[in-house]
Amino acid sequence: MSMAAGAGKGLRRVILGTTTLWLMAFTLLPVLIVVAVSLSEPRLGQPPFTPLFTQGEGLWPTFNGSIASYLTVVSDSLYIAAFVSSLRIAAGSAFITLLIAYPMAYAIARASDRARLGLLMLVILPFWTSFLIRTYAWTGLLNTNGLINNTLIKLGVISEPLTLLHTEFAVHLGIVYSYLPFMVLPIYAVLERMDWSLIEAAQDLGARPLKTFFRVTLPLSLPGVFAGWLLVFIPALGEFIIPDLLGGPDTLMLGRVLWTEFFNNRDWPVASALAVLLLLIVLLSALLLVKALRRREVAS
Amino acid sequence: MTGRRSIALLSALAFGYAFLYLPIVILIIYSFNDSRLVTVWSHASLRWYAALLENTQMLEAAWLSLRIAAVSATLSAALGTAAAFALQRLKPFFAQRGYEALALMPLIVPEVLIGLSMLLLFVVLGDTIGWPERGATTITLAHASFGMAYATVVIRARLTQLDPALDEAAAILGATPWRTFRRVTLPLLAPAIAAGWLLSFTLSLDDVVVASFVTGPGATTLPIVVFSSVRLGVSPQINALATAIVVLVSILIVTATLMTRAGRRA
Repeated sequence: MSMAAGAGKGLRRVILGTTTLWLMAFTLLPVLIVVAVSLSEPRLGQPPFTPLFTQGEGLWPTFNGSIASYLTVVSDSLYIAAFVSSLRIAAGSAFITLLIAYPMAYAIARASDRARLGLLMLVILPFWTSFLIRTYAWTGLLNTNGLINNTLIKLGVISEPLTLLHTEFAVHLGIVYSYLPFMVLPIYAVLERMDWSLIEAAQDLGARPLKTFFRVTLPLSLPGVFAGWLLVFIPALGEFIIPDLLGGPDTLMLGRVLWTEFFNNRDWPVASALAVLLLLIVLLSALLLVKALRRREVAS
Repeated sequence: MTGRRSIALLSALAFGYAFLYLPIVILIIYSFNDSRLVTVWSHASLRWYAALLENTQMLEAAWLSLRIAAVSATLSAALGTAAAFALQRLKPFFAQRGYEALALMPLIVPEVLIGLSMLLLFVVLGDTIGWPERGATTITLAHASFGMAYATVVIRARLTQLDPALDEAAAILGATPWRTFRRVTLPLLAPAIAAGWLLSFTLSLDDVVVASFVTGPGATTLPIVVFSSVRLGVSPQINALATAIVVLVSILIVTATLMTRAGRRA
């Protein structure tokens, strides 16, 4: 018995050791390096940033860090505009997603037990099919001579094609489309577990359906709404593919600015500083999400 | 009243599903369009699929993507299984929370951040220990790393549902922990591990952002090729390729879902 326990301990150590080492090397260390590079300075050469520590004459290496990149980011109106429009686009898209997702989640929650699983699966399936291709699919639809414009002209609704592609509207559309399942699922999860006799009680007491919805159903489903909202908002903040394929040259979003700074301007310290700031916003939002989910656990 | 409300709900559902599926359906239909113009329908043909089969650059990229996805998914599934066990057994509480935060971080961090941080890691590693060389290896490592997070979630969900009495029974009957793991726990977990593998495989097959950051000369995956040609505009050949990918991925996902459900029932 004690031998078995010993072997069990050995196995446990191997499991913990390997995965901890892996997580340290491939999750924690990269983040620390990004922070380090954000504090270094750009230079021409390989790699295109100055080392953070150099071996001087003394025993201790000299620290060469500077916050120049952060100062660049917070003083340049381009970066500030990127932050503002990322937040605006992510929040706006999350709100539109909510308007579409809520009725869907509600309808699925009220469907029969047999239909529910299938309906849910239909919501999840597109999420797992290629993200790149689903975004690409919209370029064909939104083009000046694309299907939407062609159809509208044929129907006589418009005479001149609308500019749909490469606009902020297209970016919103792309985000709503791609992240819709993220909003439907948590709202559904809350509604599905809700005590529907509360609704009946409200109606018995004479509340009209709309009033029942706004006074009973909606407040009870708020944790799901909040979770879904953040699940759309957070990834949308750093989105790259959607603004790149559907947005215009003036659509500023953090992910795209970071990409340009990194690949085109080759200013790795500024790109890293942007990354650190984006990471902070994301982690802060994620903390809120965890809190919201925990409140839901307590509530149910 | 009830009738009117259910009609409203039904139309909300119909609208939602139409929104989700119409773009993909139209893309698939137009992949069979003979015309060189993507938006004008001439007549049905398989010409773009034939062109695809002759496009060696595309085929080579697809082959590389499949190999990277297979290796990284295997790593993800193995690490995800280990991490799921670690999370279940880890004490004290704060160690578990820290481990969990680290293991699941790739789920919420935007792809550009994963790509940037991974590349910087590989650059620094390359400068200090001369490994790894940027290319297929670095893409595989990066994909394994974020795939692990998804695999962990799937496998852990199954692990927490397992009855600990089964493990105890095996131990009482004299099985060593390793034997118990191999003969009892692992078979019970198998469907979840397979599902985790398939999810990581699909994620790797679809990733363009992280791969673009960490790749080196000579290693071009399929999404990188698709992305660079899509940036130049819509092309009917890409429609055919997209259709092929959508069909392949859908099959994989439906299989993964059925596997998890079969496992849950067992």
